[in-house]
Formats: sequence, structure tokens, C-alpha cells
Amino acid sequence: MEATKSHDNFGKVLTRTITRNPIVFLLLIAAIVVGCIVENFFSWGNLSNLMSNTAVRFLIALGVSGCLITKGTDLSAGRQVGFAAVVAGILCQRRDYNGRLWKFMPEMNIGLVFVIVVLIGMIWGLINGLVVSKLHVPPFIATLGTQTIIYGISLVISDAQPIGGFQKIYTTLINGRIGDVKGFYLPYLMFVALLFGVVFWFIYNKMRFGKYMYAIGGNDIAAEVSGVNTTRTLMRIYITAGIMYAVAGYLLAAKSGGASASMGQGYELEAIAGCTIGGVSTTGGIGTVPGILVGVLVFELLKIILQFLGVNPYYNYVVQGLVIVLAVAMDIRKYIAKK
Amino acid sequence: MSEYVLEMSGVSKSFPGVKALDNVQLKLRPGRVHALMGENGAGKSTLMKCMFGIYKMDQGQILMDGQPVHIDDPMDALKKGIAMVHQELQPIPARTVGENIFLGRYPMKKALGFIPMVDHAKMYADTEELLKKVRMHFDPKQKVGELSVSQMQSVEIAKAVSANCRVLILDEPTSSLTANEVEALFRIIGDLKEEGVAIVYISHKMDEILRIADEVTIMRDGKYIGTWDANELTTETIITRMVGRELTNLYPKRENVPGEVVFEVKDFTSINPRSFRHVSFQLRKGEILGVGGLVGAQRTELMEGLFGIRSHTTGQIFYKGKELTINRPKDAIDQGIAMLTEDRRGSGIMGVLSVADNISIASLNQYLDHGYFINGKKVEQLVQDNVKKMNIKTPSSKTLIKSLSGGNQQKVLVGRWLANNPDVLILDEPTRGIDVGAKYEIYCIIADLAKEGKSIIMISSEMSELIGMSDRIMVMCDGRVTGFVEGSEATQENIMTYATQFD
Repeated sequence: MEATKSHDNFGKVLTRTITRNPIVFLLLIAAIVVGCIVENFFSWGNLSNLMSNTAVRFLIALGVSGCLITKGTDLSAGRQVGFAAVVAGILCQRRDYNGRLWKFMPEMNIGLVFVIVVLIGMIWGLINGLVVSKLHVPPFIATLGTQTIIYGISLVISDAQPIGGFQKIYTTLINGRIGDVKGFYLPYLMFVALLFGVVFWFIYNKMRFGKYMYAIGGNDIAAEVSGVNTTRTLMRIYITAGIMYAVAGYLLAAKSGGASASMGQGYELEAIAGCTIGGVSTTGGIGTVPGILVGVLVFELLKIILQFLGVNPYYNYVVQGLVIVLAVAMDIRKYIAKK
Repeated sequence: MSEYVLEMSGVSKSFPGVKALDNVQLKLRPGRVHALMGENGAGKSTLMKCMFGIYKMDQGQILMDGQPVHIDDPMDALKKGIAMVHQELQPIPARTVGENIFLGRYPMKKALGFIPMVDHAKMYADTEELLKKVRMHFDPKQKVGELSVSQMQSVEIAKAVSANCRVLILDEPTSSLTANEVEALFRIIGDLKEEGVAIVYISHKMDEILRIADEVTIMRDGKYIGTWDANELTTETIITRMVGRELTNLYPKRENVPGEVVFEVKDFTSINPRSFRHVSFQLRKGEILGVGGLVGAQRTELMEGLFGIRSHTTGQIFYKGKELTINRPKDAIDQGIAMLTEDRRGSGIMGVLSVADNISIASLNQYLDHGYFINGKKVEQLVQDNVKKMNIKTPSSKTLIKSLSGGNQQKVLVGRWLANNPDVLILDEPTRGIDVGAKYEIYCIIADLAKEGKSIIMISSEMSELIGMSDRIMVMCDGRVTGFVEGSEATQENIMTYATQFD
């Protein structure tokens, strides 16, 4: 998605945008078609629902985007979200709740819980970053390993039990909304997502860290030769990712009103899919925050379309998998064709 | 039946911003060694890559035995009897000699009558046979990674021979060989000639050409200059035709005056025993120190060692009398040293990023507001200053650098380093792969920098460039510094004498 020249006419720009982002447009068309044939698809409630679902996924996608832009990946994203949800859930349980896991503990301030969860996320990110940048383990393998480790620990501390009975303030605050007209409302989560989106846009475009990230993705050797501390930059990228997963997990537990170790399973693939559909290239160095937002939004739209068509939910996996492979294949083709 | 095995005619090929081949022809007779000559960047390798199916020609045709043929890819070329030994060898080091030679066309057998399996016995027997043919005696089951460079090259030639080729392309085959190994190679070439193979021989070494070539085709700036019988030619006539009339004003007049010693290296030795060792030299303020030598002389490795890209064991670096510790490029950059690397694509440009991003990456600290936020206006100013100063041709600062021509990319990279205002600049093959006009501009930039008092180390494999631009030339051979030549006294001969001082 490059800047287009001003003297191009609208038609040309439109054609180019469509040919460069075919999946986005195919899914938009699909949404329109489905909207016309299925009742209630175009409803205010559905729109609000889409916004709050997208919000959490967008945060995860922002986290993984730095890894993708530097030609890496983070398969532990989903499990980190689950871990954060479990920890947040345990710490936010009501004092008088019978099934309370850690009965010895006083009731905690939910702000403090947020800080704790984020710190733990930073530690996971630090571990991933160390393994990737210092031990030079390929990110795919490194995060495949940490993914399993994190899941194991989640199971241990949650005793493999679902966790519920949260403090009321935790769930009501995070599920808060502005307005409610004909089922349409603006969820707080959307504002959180937009805030992080703006912050990330600044980091990626206006800060040294962002420039270094794109440089490493563009050509890591050239970046190192130009004096970029690639080790430190990669560490920061994985730590930033860890923070985002923690935030997402904290929000997700409250949004669902419960948490379990299996929460967040497969979210890494959704996040990677969202990024790729939105123009983040797995060949490195390319990707924008608005693009990621569009990608995630479109992917969530796909899920809602399937749901409204009454497709057996098990088929969702099949369709989502196909879209991921298709998105990456088309992205790679752009570069093969030019050789 | 045509008298030529293979004829190429009217071949043209363009890359973005550069016309690499312009209506070139080449005609090969069986059993003859055909030398292809020209300066670096004249288009020899591009022509060969067109013949071998690596590049597609924009225009032109290829005839084999008088019949037009179309070569799709290297596999197709091999099938048609064209084989190529590349300048940069690409073996698979962890596999055996036999596996490397028969890669992609392993002899097969049927186990139990139906399960297809690789026939290892046949493969190694055939390999032994082939190695005998190229007069090499080592175990076909040895891992290629354990061989010396010349042995690897023999493996590549054996591979070419095994394809029963009718045309064999040798791209600078002797660049990393010792004198004895060169003799061995010439004997193999002699054998192949007797079998009627047409050989294309690319080399810069005049004595070799005059010794083994039957015919010589000369190219210059992507154009065909002519074809002559080798015995009509002398070193002088070849050089005149290669360089052409432009020799007189190929280099700008230099007005720099070397001053006191600012940079000194003592007994610098690589961690790799086959790389640079015991290197000592001095560099003066405002001096251009050329670094000459054959491919494999470890010049790049030495400079990358000084810049912290590669590791060294012993040795000291002094800068203005102070000893420096350099473990990574950042250490060198912080001390005011800059290095333009040899491989522009591999370690220079970040192709998918913009000109602005590429030019500012090494000096971002200078454009920060409040210590954190990059000021886009300052970056734009940097781009515009450089565009004006170096005549960089780019549609805008947001253009992706990969869409610029090689010369303009190089200028952007020079700009990247100058933004840090370094005192010592290491330039590794600064004009490689750049067309003639842009080359002259780069020379002017280098001359101006020296005049401003910057000290420059310039590695170059082009003799005329080395002689034309250097105040002093340091010559290396096989990892050692073998001699220094004053620029005013430098000739192709005295540099080559030092460059071939093997142990």
C-alpha cells in the first residue's frame, strides 16, 4: 500500500488497490452478498459485536507484527494470551467466591493485577527475545518451544480448571460501553485498541526503534553494518509483543467473564493471518499499522460471515487455514513475479 | 553443418537503469578456447548468464549447429550441452564429492525390482572415473567442505564434464588458484579441446589469455568491440581495445594532500587461519590508500575485520594515537569510521525501504526531537542535501531504493555514511556494477572527500581504477600484505608481482 501519485485518476487507484489486496476485497464483497441474503447481518448490534471482537485481536496482531516485520514469527502469542488471562483471572477472583483458587490471598486491586500481568508478559517476551537474538534459534522453533512451556505452566497454576467469579468492577469496567441506540454501542475495548494503534503508529513511523525494526526486516546484515544494535532491537520487539499479549489476555478474561488455560489457543494464527491479509510481508521490512487493522477487521468479518451462514463451526478452522495460506502465497507471489 | 557449435547474435539485455548488453555477438567453434574479455561491468558475466539460461535476453538469438534454440533455464542449457563453472562456486559442503557432481541426476536402480533407489556404487565409480579425467586424485566420498578451493573448482569442472558438454563456460577459473593449480587446469582444458569441446574462457589475466586462447572477443560497456585471433593480439592491443578511448579522462584530477598519520593497524590477524594475518599499515589524513590483490587475497575480510563485522585474534588499531577496541560495527562508527561494503544488495541497501529510510539509518540520533521522535523534516533535508551534492537521480525521497539504478543506490549509501561525518572511510569496490557515467561521479566524490581531509581506504579489483585513484597502493596476496606501491609509480606489472607472491 504505497502512496499513489496525485495525477492518477480514481479508477486507476481503485484498480491498483484491489489488485494489491485481493483478499480484502473478496471478503468485503462476500460480506455484502451475505448481508443481502441473510437477515440481521447488517445490524447495529452486529457492528458493535464486530468492533469489540476486533479490538482484542488487533492488540495481539500489533504484538506479533514486529516479529513478522523482522522476518520472524511468534507462535507463542496465543498461549501467552491464555497465560495472561489465567493469571488475571486468578488474581481478580472475588473474596467470597466459593471456587476461589488462591483462598489465602487478599482481594487485589485490578489495576495492580494489570501491572503484574504485563510484567509477566514482558518476561515471556524477554525469554523469546533472548532465545531468538542471542542463541540464534529460528523464531519459528523458539516460539514453538515456549508456546508449549507456557501452556504447561498455565495448566499447572490453573489446575486445569476454568476460573470464574471475578470482581464485579473487573468485568463491568472492561465490558463497558458508550451509548446504546438500537443495539449500537461503542465498546471501551475499541477505544483501548485505537489508543494502542496510535501508539504503535508513532513507534513504527516516528521512533528510532521502529526505523531499526524495518531496517532489520529489510536487510539485517545491512542494519548491523549501519550500526543498528540488532540483538537489542529484536529483544525489544519480542518484549513489546509480550506486553501486547498480556494486555489482550487481561482484557479477554474480563470480556468472557471467565478464563482457562485453553483460552487463546490458535490466536497466533489468527493474528498472523490478520497481519498478512493487511499487507505485512513475511519476506520482511513491510507492514503498516492501518494495514494490520484492516487485515484483522476483515478476518473477523470472515468469521461472522461463516457464523451467519450457519456453517458448522468446525469448518471455520478449514476456511481460516485456507485464507492464511492463500494470503501468504499471494504476498510471496508479488516478489517472485518481479525477479 | 555450421562451422560454429554455438552462435549468439544481436543480444541485448537491460536492468533497471542500466543497459547491460547492447547488440552483442559471440561465435564459438568446436575444440577452440574462446577468451571473452572486458573490464568489470563490461557485460561478460551477463552474456554468459543469458547463454546459460539464468537471464532472459531482451533481444537476440542463439543458434546451435546453425539451428535456432531457446534456452529456458540452466537445466535446459545442460541438456543442450552447455555447462558453466561459476566464478563463485556453489557446492553443498556437507555432501560428498560424488553427490555434488550428480546432484539432480543421480544414477538410479530398482531395489527388489520396483523400489527406485539411488545407485551409490555406480555414482561413486563414475565419480572416480570423472576425477581421473580431470587429473584429480581424491576420494569421491570425501565431503566437499573439506576440500581446498581449487579442488572444489575441479569438482565443478568434473561436474561440467560429466554432462558431456559441448560448450564449457569458465568464469574467472584461476582467480583463486596457485600457479601449479593453474597448470593442472590448463592440462584439463587441453584434454577437453581435443575432445572437440568449445570453451569460453573469462579472465583478466593477459598472460593466461595469450597462452591458451585461440580467439578473443572483447566487450566494453555492454557493447561488442570485436573478435580476433589470439596470435594477432598483444597485451597492449587488448588493453587499448578493452578500455577504449575514454582512458584519458576516466579519473578526476585529485587535489588532496596527504598529511600526518591518523590511522594505524599493527599485526592484525583473523580468527580464521586461512584469512588475513599479520597485517600492518598506516593511513594519512587526506590520503587515498588503494588496496589491490586477486580475488581470494582476503582484502574484504581484512576491512570487515577492522570494521568489526568479522572477528580477529591479535592486532591493534590506533586512531589519532589512541588504541581502539572494535568488536562490532557500532564501535567503529562511534569512533568516526565508516565502511561501504562490497556486496551492495547483501549488506548495503534495504531494498524494500525508501531512499529516506536507507540514507538516515546510520545517523538517526541526529534527527530526534526531544530525544525520541524522528523529525521528518530533518530527514528530508538530509535527502535533499545529498540529492543535490551527489546528483542522485530519484523520483522522491519515498521511492523504494531497489528501484534506483546501481550507481544511484551506491550514492545513497555513500550519503548514509557521510551523514555521520566520518574521518576514515573504507570503500570496498565502490564502483562495482555501476555504469561508466556514474563511476566518474563516484570518483569525483571520493576525490573531494580526500581533499576535505578525510582518509580513504579503497579496495578495488580494477587495475586502472586502483592506479588512477590511489595516492598509495597496498597489495595483498593470500591474506598477507605483500607490498606497497606509490601511486605515481604504480603499474599493472608491479602490482601483479606483489599480488601473486604466494608462499
